[in-house]
Amino acid sequence: MSTRDAASSEQRLYRPPVSLTWWLRKPSYLLFGLRELSSVFIAWFVVYLLMLVYAVSSGSAAYQDFLDLSANPLVLILNVIALAFVLLHTITWFGLAPKAMVLRLGARRVPPGVILAAHYAAWLVVSAVVAWVILR
Amino acid sequence: MTTKRSPEPFAWLLFSAGGMVAALLVPVLLLLFGIAFPLGLLSAPDHAYLASVVSHPITLLVLFGLCVLALLHWAHRFRYTLYDGLQLKKYGVPITICCYGGAIVGSVVAAVVLLRAL
Repeated sequence: MSTRDAASSEQRLYRPPVSLTWWLRKPSYLLFGLRELSSVFIAWFVVYLLMLVYAVSSGSAAYQDFLDLSANPLVLILNVIALAFVLLHTITWFGLAPKAMVLRLGARRVPPGVILAAHYAAWLVVSAVVAWVILR
Repeated sequence: MTTKRSPEPFAWLLFSAGGMVAALLVPVLLLLFGIAFPLGLLSAPDHAYLASVVSHPITLLVLFGLCVLALLHWAHRFRYTLYDGLQLKKYGVPITICCYGGAIVGSVVAAVVLLRAL
């Protein structure tokens, strides 16, 4: 289909061509791109978690194999990179929460700073509980 | 006049729920099992104890919710990463099928792996 046909079926809007590397043009665009890429590392974490659960439920030898695999330098480097991306996700996610959530107490709006602080507090509590269960 | 309802708000709701559980739970789990235990900064829990934690129904329920929602979060965000980052909007249908299809397949695998641990 020619561009002429496409234009006649819709509104004739000029769409300037966008380069494939637009996200390299400004630091803020790059940060946006990296934030969007964090989802790939969250998917990797799900795979890693399921490998762990599979190993633990297969017996102590399989669990030891998993621990050996996790100490492999390549896996370790991948997990360090993944943690950096996951932290970028968490920080940007909480940063957006006060903009996405408008809570009201009576007629007054809950200040954005309070919503932000509540998210960080929840993060701290959840992390402490998980660490306590695992390390006990 | 009939209005066509878009599934987009539903996809966004799941994306949002997944973003929240991932933001809260993934950093601590990845720090412990991906970095602290392999580097020997902390000693990894022994098998008998971890097996008892993992086989607990509440643990399995939390992990199942985390896996499903995190995968749906990935599907939604990665779809738009391909649309916007790589300008692939014209391949929207196959990309959508691969992303959400991948999340559904991953969720089934998660269910099988977690039920095996019960």
